[in-house]
Amino acid sequence: MDTNNGFMKALKCRECGREYPLAATHVCEFDFGPLEVVYDYDRIKASLTVPVIRSRPQSMWRYRELLPVAGDPTVGQQVGFTPLVKADRLAKRLGIRELWVKNDTVNYPTLSFKDRVVSVALSRARELGFTTVACASTGNLANSVAANAASAGLKAYVFIPSDLEQGKVVNSLVYGANVIGIRGHYDEVNRLCAEIAGKYGWAFVNVNMRPYYAEGSKSMGFEIMEQLGWKVPQHTVVCMASGSLLTKIHKSYQEFAKLGLVPETKYKIHGAQATGCSPITTAQKAGMDFFKPVKPNTIAKSLAIGTPADGFYALKVMKETGGSGEDVTDDEVREGIKLLAETEGIFAETAGGVTVGVAKKLIASGHIPPDASAVLCITGNGLKTLDAVVGHVGQTREIKPSLREFEALLERETRLVTA
Amino acid sequence: MPKKVRIPTPLRKLTNDEEVIEVNADTVGGAIAELQTKFPGIQERLLDENGGVRRFVNVYVNEEDIRFLQNQQTVLKDGDEISIIPAIAGG
Repeated sequence: MDTNNGFMKALKCRECGREYPLAATHVCEFDFGPLEVVYDYDRIKASLTVPVIRSRPQSMWRYRELLPVAGDPTVGQQVGFTPLVKADRLAKRLGIRELWVKNDTVNYPTLSFKDRVVSVALSRARELGFTTVACASTGNLANSVAANAASAGLKAYVFIPSDLEQGKVVNSLVYGANVIGIRGHYDEVNRLCAEIAGKYGWAFVNVNMRPYYAEGSKSMGFEIMEQLGWKVPQHTVVCMASGSLLTKIHKSYQEFAKLGLVPETKYKIHGAQATGCSPITTAQKAGMDFFKPVKPNTIAKSLAIGTPADGFYALKVMKETGGSGEDVTDDEVREGIKLLAETEGIFAETAGGVTVGVAKKLIASGHIPPDASAVLCITGNGLKTLDAVVGHVGQTREIKPSLREFEALLERETRLVTA
Repeated sequence: MPKKVRIPTPLRKLTNDEEVIEVNADTVGGAIAELQTKFPGIQERLLDENGGVRRFVNVYVNEEDIRFLQNQQTVLKDGDEISIIPAIAGG
Protein backbone atom coordinates (compact mmCIF):
# COMPACT_ATOMS: atom_id res chain seq x y z
CA MET A 1 0.00 0.00 0.00
CA ASP A 2 1.25 3.46 -0.90
CA THR A 3 1.21 5.10 2.52
CA ASN A 4 2.39 8.36 0.99
CA ASN A 5 -0.76 8.97 -1.01
CA GLY A 6 -3.44 6.76 0.51
CA PHE A 7 -5.68 5.64 -2.34
CA MET A 8 -4.94 8.68 -4.51
CA LYS A 9 -2.94 8.36 -7.72
CA ALA A 10 -2.49 11.90 -9.09
CA LEU A 11 -4.10 15.23 -9.90
CA LYS A 12 -5.47 15.37 -13.43
CA CYS A 13 -6.63 18.28 -15.62
CA ARG A 14 -10.34 17.99 -16.44
CA GLU A 15 -9.80 19.74 -19.74
CA CYS A 16 -6.68 18.24 -21.32
CA GLY A 17 -5.93 15.23 -19.09
CA ARG A 18 -2.39 16.22 -18.11
CA GLU A 19 -1.39 14.69 -14.74
CA TYR A 20 0.35 16.36 -11.81
CA PRO A 21 1.74 15.28 -8.41
CA LEU A 22 -0.58 15.42 -5.37
CA ALA A 23 0.56 18.84 -4.13
CA ALA A 24 -1.33 22.08 -3.34
CA THR A 25 -2.06 23.09 -6.94
CA HIS A 26 -5.43 23.53 -8.56
CA VAL A 27 -4.89 24.60 -12.16
CA CYS A 28 -3.34 22.94 -15.16
CA GLU A 29 -0.19 24.74 -16.23
CA PHE A 30 -1.11 24.36 -19.85
CA ASP A 31 -4.71 25.57 -20.17
CA PHE A 32 -5.72 26.62 -16.65
CA GLY A 33 -8.19 23.77 -16.53
CA PRO A 34 -9.19 22.64 -13.03
CA LEU A 35 -7.35 19.67 -11.54
CA GLU A 36 -9.21 16.73 -10.07
CA VAL A 37 -8.01 13.94 -7.77
CA VAL A 38 -7.69 10.54 -9.47
CA TYR A 39 -8.08 7.41 -7.33
CA ASP A 40 -6.90 3.81 -7.56
CA TYR A 41 -10.36 2.26 -7.74
CA ASP A 42 -9.06 -1.30 -7.97
CA ARG A 43 -7.40 -1.00 -4.57
CA ILE A 44 -10.40 0.86 -3.16
CA LYS A 45 -12.76 -1.90 -4.31
CA ALA A 46 -10.84 -4.41 -2.22
CA SER A 47 -10.87 -2.15 0.83
CA LEU A 48 -14.25 -0.35 0.85
CA THR A 49 -17.15 -2.78 1.21
CA VAL A 50 -20.60 -2.47 2.79
CA PRO A 51 -19.62 -4.39 5.96
CA VAL A 52 -16.48 -2.27 6.36
CA ILE A 53 -18.47 0.95 5.97
CA ARG A 54 -21.08 -0.22 8.47
CA SER A 55 -18.38 -1.01 11.03
CA ARG A 56 -17.05 2.53 11.04
CA PRO A 57 -18.24 5.52 13.11
CA GLN A 58 -21.18 7.52 11.78
CA SER A 59 -19.31 10.36 10.11
CA MET A 60 -18.37 11.32 6.56
CA TRP A 61 -15.09 9.48 7.08
CA ARG A 62 -16.70 6.05 6.91
CA TYR A 63 -16.04 6.37 3.15
CA ARG A 64 -12.45 7.50 3.63
CA GLU A 65 -10.90 5.52 0.77
CA LEU A 66 -12.83 7.79 -1.60
CA LEU A 67 -11.70 10.98 0.15
CA PRO A 68 -8.37 12.61 -0.74
CA VAL A 69 -6.45 12.31 2.51
CA ALA A 70 -3.48 9.95 2.66
CA GLY A 71 -3.58 9.04 6.34
CA ASP A 72 -6.20 9.39 9.07
CA PRO A 73 -8.12 12.68 9.00
CA THR A 74 -6.89 15.06 11.69
CA VAL A 75 -9.59 17.72 11.29
CA GLY A 76 -13.35 17.18 11.35
CA GLN A 77 -13.47 13.54 12.38
CA GLN A 78 -17.10 13.95 13.47
CA VAL A 79 -18.42 15.79 10.44
CA GLY A 80 -21.28 14.48 8.39
CA PHE A 81 -23.70 11.55 8.55
CA THR A 82 -26.51 14.06 8.90
CA PRO A 83 -30.14 12.87 8.90
CA LEU A 84 -31.88 11.84 5.70
CA VAL A 85 -35.43 12.80 6.58
CA LYS A 86 -38.48 11.24 4.94
CA ALA A 87 -40.52 14.32 4.14
CA ASP A 88 -44.08 13.03 3.77
CA ARG A 89 -45.82 16.31 4.62
CA LEU A 90 -43.70 18.29 2.19
CA ALA A 91 -44.14 15.59 -0.45
CA LYS A 92 -47.90 15.94 -0.16
CA ARG A 93 -47.75 19.73 -0.48
CA LEU A 94 -45.51 19.50 -3.54
CA GLY A 95 -47.52 16.74 -5.17
CA ILE A 96 -44.86 14.04 -5.32
CA ARG A 97 -45.08 10.41 -4.21
CA GLU A 98 -41.88 10.26 -2.17
CA LEU A 99 -39.51 12.97 -0.95
CA TRP A 100 -36.41 12.92 1.22
CA VAL A 101 -34.51 15.82 2.69
CA LYS A 102 -30.76 15.42 3.22
CA ASN A 103 -30.48 17.70 6.20
CA ASP A 104 -27.10 19.41 6.36
CA THR A 105 -28.66 22.28 8.34
CA VAL A 106 -27.43 20.33 11.36
CA ASN A 107 -23.99 19.37 10.09
CA TYR A 108 -21.26 19.49 12.68
CA PRO A 109 -19.70 21.86 13.69
CA THR A 110 -20.95 24.87 11.72
CA LEU A 111 -24.39 23.86 10.46
CA SER A 112 -23.67 23.70 6.73
CA PHE A 113 -22.39 21.20 4.21
CA LYS A 114 -19.14 23.18 4.05
CA ASP A 115 -17.84 21.27 7.07
CA ARG A 116 -17.48 18.31 4.71
CA VAL A 117 -15.16 20.05 2.27
CA VAL A 118 -13.25 21.90 4.98
CA SER A 119 -12.61 18.77 6.98
CA VAL A 120 -10.95 17.25 3.92
CA ALA A 121 -9.06 20.40 2.92
CA LEU A 122 -7.65 21.06 6.38
CA SER A 123 -6.70 17.44 7.01
CA ARG A 124 -4.89 17.41 3.69
CA ALA A 125 -3.34 20.87 4.27
CA ARG A 126 -1.86 19.51 7.51
CA GLU A 127 -0.44 16.53 5.60
CA LEU A 128 1.19 18.93 3.15
CA GLY A 129 2.76 20.94 5.98
CA PHE A 130 0.63 24.11 6.01
CA THR A 131 0.10 26.07 9.24
CA THR A 132 -2.11 28.88 7.92
CA VAL A 133 -5.36 28.18 6.09
CA ALA A 134 -7.63 30.61 4.27
CA CYS A 135 -10.63 30.91 2.00
CA ALA A 136 -12.75 33.21 -0.14
CA SER A 137 -16.33 32.81 1.00
CA THR A 138 -19.95 33.79 0.65
CA GLY A 139 -20.32 32.95 4.32
CA ASN A 140 -20.68 29.28 5.16
CA LEU A 141 -17.18 28.38 4.08
CA ALA A 142 -15.70 31.16 6.21
CA ASN A 143 -17.60 29.89 9.25
CA SER A 144 -16.40 26.36 8.65
CA VAL A 145 -12.78 27.27 8.04
CA ALA A 146 -12.74 29.52 11.11
CA ALA A 147 -14.21 26.86 13.37
CA ASN A 148 -12.30 23.87 12.09
CA ALA A 149 -9.02 25.79 12.01
CA ALA A 150 -9.55 26.80 15.63
CA SER A 151 -10.19 23.19 16.66
CA ALA A 152 -7.05 22.11 14.81
CA GLY A 153 -4.79 24.89 16.07
CA LEU A 154 -4.30 26.30 12.59
CA LYS A 155 -4.15 30.03 11.83
CA ALA A 156 -7.00 31.24 9.60
CA TYR A 157 -7.72 34.14 7.24
CA VAL A 158 -11.21 34.28 5.78
CA PHE A 159 -12.19 36.72 3.03
CA ILE A 160 -15.86 37.65 2.62
CA PRO A 161 -17.92 40.34 0.90
CA SER A 162 -18.29 43.08 3.53
CA ASP A 163 -22.10 43.19 3.19
CA LEU A 164 -22.58 39.60 4.28
CA GLU A 165 -25.36 38.70 6.75
CA GLN A 166 -24.37 39.57 10.31
CA GLY A 167 -24.99 36.03 11.51
CA LYS A 168 -22.32 34.74 9.20
CA VAL A 169 -19.83 37.49 10.02
CA VAL A 170 -20.08 37.05 13.79
CA ASN A 171 -20.04 33.32 13.20
CA SER A 172 -16.53 33.57 11.79
CA LEU A 173 -15.13 36.24 14.13
CA VAL A 174 -16.05 34.31 17.27
CA TYR A 175 -13.54 31.56 16.53
CA GLY A 176 -10.67 34.03 16.47
CA ALA A 177 -10.13 33.87 12.72
CA ASN A 178 -8.88 36.91 10.81
CA VAL A 179 -11.98 38.05 8.93
CA ILE A 180 -11.30 40.36 6.01
CA GLY A 181 -14.37 42.07 4.51
CA ILE A 182 -13.97 43.06 0.87
CA ARG A 183 -16.08 45.93 -0.45
CA GLY A 184 -17.30 44.05 -3.48
CA HIS A 185 -19.19 40.91 -4.43
CA TYR A 186 -17.97 37.36 -4.11
CA ASP A 187 -16.29 37.11 -7.53
CA GLU A 188 -14.10 40.06 -6.60
CA VAL A 189 -13.22 38.44 -3.28
CA ASN A 190 -12.28 35.32 -5.19
CA ARG A 191 -10.08 37.16 -7.61
CA LEU A 192 -8.18 38.84 -4.77
CA CYS A 193 -7.71 35.50 -3.03
CA ALA A 194 -6.22 33.98 -6.16
CA GLU A 195 -3.67 36.77 -6.12
CA ILE A 196 -2.99 36.39 -2.39
CA ALA A 197 -2.70 32.61 -2.64
CA GLY A 198 -0.07 33.06 -5.30
CA LYS A 199 1.91 35.35 -3.06
CA TYR A 200 1.83 33.80 0.44
CA GLY A 201 2.36 30.20 1.41
CA TRP A 202 -1.16 29.63 2.72
CA ALA A 203 -3.56 26.77 2.11
CA PHE A 204 -6.58 28.47 0.51
CA VAL A 205 -9.16 25.73 0.75
CA ASN A 206 -11.04 26.76 -2.38
CA VAL A 207 -8.05 27.98 -4.35
CA ASN A 208 -4.80 25.99 -4.19
CA MET A 209 -6.41 23.19 -2.14
CA ARG A 210 -9.51 23.08 -4.30
CA PRO A 211 -9.03 19.61 -5.86
CA TYR A 212 -9.00 18.05 -2.35
CA TYR A 213 -11.62 20.39 -0.90
CA ALA A 214 -14.14 19.69 -3.64
CA GLU A 215 -14.01 15.93 -3.08
CA GLY A 216 -15.49 16.35 0.41
CA SER A 217 -18.89 17.07 -1.16
CA LYS A 218 -19.09 13.50 -2.41
CA SER A 219 -19.71 12.41 1.17
CA MET A 220 -23.19 13.96 1.01
CA GLY A 221 -23.99 11.66 -1.91
CA PHE A 222 -22.40 8.60 -0.27
CA GLU A 223 -24.53 9.13 2.83
CA ILE A 224 -27.70 9.60 0.79
CA MET A 225 -27.14 6.28 -0.96
CA GLU A 226 -26.33 4.42 2.24
CA GLN A 227 -29.27 5.96 4.09
CA LEU A 228 -31.65 5.03 1.27
CA GLY A 229 -30.58 1.43 1.68
CA TRP A 230 -27.68 1.30 -0.79
CA LYS A 231 -29.32 2.74 -3.85
CA VAL A 232 -29.14 5.88 -5.96
CA PRO A 233 -32.11 8.29 -5.76
CA GLN A 234 -34.15 8.66 -8.95
CA HIS A 235 -34.06 12.43 -8.70
CA THR A 236 -31.75 14.73 -6.75
CA VAL A 237 -32.18 18.50 -6.55
CA VAL A 238 -28.99 20.40 -5.73
CA CYS A 239 -28.50 24.15 -5.38
CA MET A 240 -25.62 25.70 -7.28
CA ALA A 241 -23.17 28.46 -6.47
CA SER A 242 -20.03 27.36 -8.29
CA GLY A 243 -21.79 24.18 -9.38
CA SER A 244 -19.20 22.04 -7.59
CA LEU A 245 -21.59 20.25 -5.20
CA LEU A 246 -23.84 19.13 -8.04
CA THR A 247 -20.92 17.64 -9.99
CA LYS A 248 -19.60 15.85 -6.92
CA ILE A 249 -23.01 14.35 -6.07
CA HIS A 250 -22.95 12.87 -9.58
CA LYS A 251 -19.40 11.61 -9.05
CA SER A 252 -20.41 10.01 -5.75
CA TYR A 253 -23.25 8.09 -7.45
CA GLN A 254 -20.92 6.95 -10.20
CA GLU A 255 -18.19 5.85 -7.79
CA PHE A 256 -20.49 3.72 -5.65
CA ALA A 257 -21.90 2.07 -8.76
CA LYS A 258 -18.40 1.48 -10.10
CA LEU A 259 -17.40 -0.15 -6.82
CA GLY A 260 -20.51 -2.33 -6.82
CA LEU A 261 -21.85 -0.74 -3.63
CA VAL A 262 -25.13 0.24 -5.30
CA PRO A 263 -26.87 -1.19 -8.36
CA GLU A 264 -26.34 0.74 -11.58
CA THR A 265 -29.56 2.63 -12.22
CA LYS A 266 -30.57 5.68 -14.20
CA TYR A 267 -30.86 8.89 -12.22
CA LYS A 268 -31.43 12.58 -12.85
CA ILE A 269 -29.68 15.46 -11.12
CA HIS A 270 -31.42 18.83 -11.24
CA GLY A 271 -29.76 22.18 -10.55
CA ALA A 272 -31.29 25.04 -8.56
CA GLN A 273 -30.35 28.70 -8.53
CA ALA A 274 -31.80 32.03 -7.51
CA THR A 275 -33.12 34.06 -10.45
CA GLY A 276 -30.95 36.99 -9.37
CA CYS A 277 -27.86 34.89 -9.98
CA SER A 278 -28.68 32.11 -12.40
CA PRO A 279 -25.95 31.84 -15.01
CA ILE A 280 -26.04 28.03 -14.98
CA THR A 281 -29.78 27.41 -14.99
CA THR A 282 -30.31 30.11 -17.62
CA ALA A 283 -27.82 28.33 -19.88
CA GLN A 284 -29.41 24.95 -19.15
CA LYS A 285 -32.89 26.14 -20.02
CA ALA A 286 -31.58 27.61 -23.28
CA GLY A 287 -29.84 24.35 -24.15
CA MET A 288 -26.38 25.94 -24.06
CA ASP A 289 -23.12 24.23 -23.08
CA PHE A 290 -21.59 27.42 -21.69
CA PHE A 291 -22.91 30.16 -19.43
CA LYS A 292 -22.70 33.93 -19.54
CA PRO A 293 -21.22 35.48 -16.37
CA VAL A 294 -23.64 37.72 -14.43
CA LYS A 295 -23.48 40.27 -11.65
CA PRO A 296 -25.37 38.67 -8.73
CA ASN A 297 -28.39 40.34 -7.14
CA THR A 298 -30.27 37.99 -4.82
CA ILE A 299 -31.04 37.40 -1.14
CA ALA A 300 -29.49 33.96 -1.62
CA LYS A 301 -26.04 35.33 -0.92
CA SER A 302 -24.50 31.91 -0.41
CA LEU A 303 -25.28 31.14 -4.07
CA ALA A 304 -24.19 34.54 -5.40
CA ILE A 305 -21.35 33.54 -7.71
CA GLY A 306 -21.61 35.24 -11.08
CA THR A 307 -18.76 33.32 -12.71
CA PRO A 308 -19.22 29.72 -11.52
CA ALA A 309 -16.02 27.78 -12.18
CA ASP A 310 -17.84 24.45 -12.24
CA GLY A 311 -20.63 25.86 -14.40
CA PHE A 312 -19.55 23.95 -17.52
CA TYR A 313 -19.37 20.68 -15.67
CA ALA A 314 -22.67 21.22 -13.89
CA LEU A 315 -24.31 21.83 -17.27
CA LYS A 316 -22.70 18.64 -18.54
CA VAL A 317 -24.02 16.60 -15.60
CA MET A 318 -27.55 17.91 -16.03
CA LYS A 319 -27.38 17.11 -19.74
CA GLU A 320 -25.91 13.63 -19.27
CA THR A 321 -28.39 12.62 -16.60
CA GLY A 322 -31.38 14.27 -18.28
CA GLY A 323 -31.80 16.63 -15.33
CA SER A 324 -33.19 20.16 -15.55
CA GLY A 325 -32.19 23.55 -14.26
CA GLU A 326 -34.60 26.02 -12.72
CA ASP A 327 -34.46 29.23 -10.73
CA VAL A 328 -36.70 31.06 -8.27
CA THR A 329 -37.33 34.68 -7.28
CA ASP A 330 -36.44 36.08 -3.87
CA ASP A 331 -40.09 35.79 -2.79
CA GLU A 332 -40.19 32.18 -3.92
CA VAL A 333 -37.00 31.57 -1.91
CA ARG A 334 -38.69 32.84 1.24
CA GLU A 335 -41.75 30.73 0.49
CA GLY A 336 -39.49 27.73 0.10
CA ILE A 337 -37.87 28.32 3.49
CA LYS A 338 -41.26 28.65 5.15
CA LEU A 339 -42.72 25.62 3.42
CA LEU A 340 -39.86 23.37 4.54
CA ALA A 341 -40.05 24.73 8.08
CA GLU A 342 -43.83 24.43 8.36
CA THR A 343 -44.10 20.93 6.89
CA GLU A 344 -40.97 19.23 8.18
CA GLY A 345 -39.67 21.37 11.04
CA ILE A 346 -36.42 22.10 9.21
CA PHE A 347 -35.23 25.72 9.09
CA ALA A 348 -32.94 26.17 6.11
CA GLU A 349 -31.02 29.19 4.94
CA THR A 350 -31.81 30.91 1.65
CA ALA A 351 -29.98 28.27 -0.40
CA GLY A 352 -32.37 25.71 1.07
CA GLY A 353 -35.30 27.92 0.13
CA VAL A 354 -33.93 27.95 -3.42
CA THR A 355 -33.78 24.16 -3.49
CA VAL A 356 -37.31 23.70 -2.18
CA GLY A 357 -38.68 26.42 -4.47
CA VAL A 358 -37.04 24.88 -7.50
CA ALA A 359 -38.21 21.38 -6.58
CA LYS A 360 -41.74 22.77 -6.39
CA LYS A 361 -41.43 24.22 -9.90
CA LEU A 362 -39.85 21.09 -11.37
CA ILE A 363 -42.62 18.90 -9.96
CA ALA A 364 -45.30 21.31 -11.18
CA SER A 365 -43.79 21.35 -14.67
CA GLY A 366 -43.44 17.58 -14.80
CA HIS A 367 -39.64 17.56 -15.01
CA ILE A 368 -39.88 15.54 -11.83
CA PRO A 369 -42.92 13.29 -12.37
CA PRO A 370 -45.52 13.06 -9.58
CA ASP A 371 -44.99 9.33 -9.06
CA ALA A 372 -41.23 9.71 -8.60
CA SER A 373 -38.94 9.69 -5.58
CA ALA A 374 -36.64 12.65 -5.03
CA VAL A 375 -33.97 13.84 -2.61
CA LEU A 376 -33.45 17.52 -1.82
CA CYS A 377 -29.96 18.52 -0.69
CA ILE A 378 -30.46 21.17 1.99
CA THR A 379 -27.10 22.74 2.60
CA GLY A 380 -27.25 25.24 5.45
CA ASN A 381 -29.08 26.37 8.57
CA GLY A 382 -31.65 29.18 8.56
CA LEU A 383 -30.23 30.83 11.66
CA LYS A 384 -27.43 32.04 9.40
CA THR A 385 -29.66 34.04 7.09
CA LEU A 386 -32.28 35.43 9.47
CA ASP A 387 -32.25 38.77 7.63
CA ALA A 388 -33.83 37.08 4.66
CA VAL A 389 -36.97 36.01 6.53
CA VAL A 390 -37.35 38.73 9.16
CA GLY A 391 -40.62 40.50 8.48
CA HIS A 392 -41.92 37.65 6.34
CA VAL A 393 -42.84 35.10 8.96
CA GLY A 394 -45.69 36.87 10.68
CA GLN A 395 -45.73 38.49 14.08
CA THR A 396 -46.05 37.51 17.71
CA ARG A 397 -49.39 38.47 19.22
CA GLU A 398 -48.82 40.41 22.42
CA ILE A 399 -51.12 40.43 25.45
CA LYS A 400 -50.86 41.29 29.11
CA PRO A 401 -50.31 38.38 31.55
CA SER A 402 -54.06 37.90 31.87
CA LEU A 403 -56.08 34.74 31.24
CA ARG A 404 -59.00 36.86 30.12
CA GLU A 405 -56.89 38.56 27.49
CA PHE A 406 -55.65 35.21 26.24
CA GLU A 407 -59.17 33.84 26.00
CA ALA A 408 -60.24 36.97 24.15
CA LEU A 409 -57.36 36.51 21.75
CA LEU A 410 -58.30 32.91 20.99
CA GLU A 411 -61.92 33.84 20.59
CA ARG A 412 -61.06 36.64 18.12
CA GLU A 413 -58.95 34.28 16.10
CA THR A 414 -61.54 31.52 16.08
CA ARG A 415 -64.14 34.03 14.86
CA LEU A 416 -61.75 35.15 12.12
CA VAL A 417 -61.16 31.61 10.99
CA THR A 418 -64.80 30.59 10.94
CA ALA A 419 -65.95 33.90 9.38
CA MET B 1 2.45 55.75 -18.86
CA PRO B 2 2.49 52.17 -20.12
CA LYS B 3 -0.13 49.62 -19.15
CA LYS B 4 0.60 46.85 -16.67
CA VAL B 5 -0.23 43.17 -16.97
CA ARG B 6 -0.30 41.09 -13.77
CA ILE B 7 0.86 37.57 -14.49
CA PRO B 8 -0.64 34.75 -12.39
CA THR B 9 1.69 32.38 -10.55
CA PRO B 10 1.19 29.45 -12.99
CA LEU B 11 2.50 31.56 -15.89
CA ARG B 12 5.50 33.15 -14.22
CA LYS B 13 7.75 30.34 -15.40
CA LEU B 14 7.27 31.82 -18.86
CA THR B 15 8.00 35.39 -17.79
CA ASN B 16 11.26 34.75 -15.90
CA ASP B 17 9.26 34.88 -12.66
CA GLU B 18 8.21 38.47 -13.31
CA GLU B 19 4.84 39.31 -11.77
CA VAL B 20 4.12 42.55 -13.62
CA ILE B 21 4.89 43.16 -17.28
CA GLU B 22 4.57 46.57 -18.95
CA VAL B 23 2.93 46.76 -22.36
CA ASN B 24 2.09 49.53 -24.81
CA ALA B 25 -0.75 47.85 -26.72
CA ASP B 26 -4.07 49.66 -27.19
CA THR B 27 -6.36 46.69 -26.71
CA VAL B 28 -6.44 43.55 -24.59
CA GLY B 29 -5.87 41.44 -27.71
CA GLY B 30 -2.89 43.61 -28.57
CA ALA B 31 -1.53 43.20 -25.05
CA ILE B 32 -1.69 39.40 -25.36
CA ALA B 33 0.10 39.56 -28.70
CA GLU B 34 2.73 41.82 -27.17
CA LEU B 35 3.23 39.33 -24.30
CA GLN B 36 3.70 36.62 -26.91
CA THR B 37 6.51 38.52 -28.66
CA LYS B 38 8.24 39.10 -25.31
CA PHE B 39 7.58 35.58 -23.96
CA PRO B 40 6.93 33.08 -26.74
CA GLY B 41 4.54 30.33 -25.74
CA ILE B 42 2.38 32.44 -23.45
CA GLN B 43 -0.30 33.01 -26.05
CA GLU B 44 -1.33 29.37 -26.39
CA ARG B 45 -1.87 29.26 -22.63
CA LEU B 46 -4.30 32.11 -22.81
CA LEU B 47 -6.01 31.60 -26.16
CA ASP B 48 -7.50 28.43 -27.66
CA GLU B 49 -7.20 27.26 -31.31
CA ASN B 50 -9.94 29.67 -32.34
CA GLY B 51 -8.15 32.67 -30.88
CA GLY B 52 -10.69 33.11 -28.09
CA VAL B 53 -9.68 33.43 -24.46
CA ARG B 54 -9.60 29.94 -22.89
CA ARG B 55 -12.70 29.21 -20.88
CA PHE B 56 -10.85 28.85 -17.58
CA VAL B 57 -8.97 32.11 -17.93
CA ASN B 58 -10.49 35.33 -16.58
CA VAL B 59 -9.05 38.60 -17.81
CA TYR B 60 -9.79 41.88 -16.02
CA VAL B 61 -9.05 45.46 -16.97
CA ASN B 62 -8.96 47.60 -13.82
CA GLU B 63 -10.91 44.88 -12.05
CA GLU B 64 -13.69 44.62 -14.67
CA ASP B 65 -14.10 41.25 -16.37
CA ILE B 66 -13.50 41.79 -20.11
CA ARG B 67 -16.56 39.68 -20.82
CA PHE B 68 -18.55 42.63 -19.47
CA LEU B 69 -16.50 44.99 -21.62
CA GLN B 70 -15.48 44.32 -25.23
CA ASN B 71 -13.50 41.10 -24.68
CA GLN B 72 -10.20 41.24 -26.52
CA GLN B 73 -11.28 44.42 -28.30
CA THR B 74 -11.44 46.24 -24.96
CA VAL B 75 -9.51 49.48 -25.38
CA LEU B 76 -6.67 50.23 -22.96
CA LYS B 77 -5.66 53.64 -21.69
CA ASP B 78 -2.38 54.69 -20.10
CA GLY B 79 -1.92 53.26 -16.64
CA ASP B 80 -4.60 50.56 -17.03
CA GLU B 81 -4.01 47.33 -15.13
CA ILE B 82 -4.76 44.03 -16.79
CA SER B 83 -5.05 40.97 -14.51
CA ILE B 84 -5.03 37.41 -15.72
CA ILE B 85 -6.63 35.05 -13.21
CA PRO B 86 -7.38 31.35 -13.56
CA ALA B 87 -11.12 30.77 -12.92
CA ILE B 88 -11.95 29.46 -9.49
CA ALA B 89 -14.92 29.46 -7.20
CA GLY B 90 -16.64 27.84 -4.26
CA GLY B 91 -18.11 29.63 -1.38
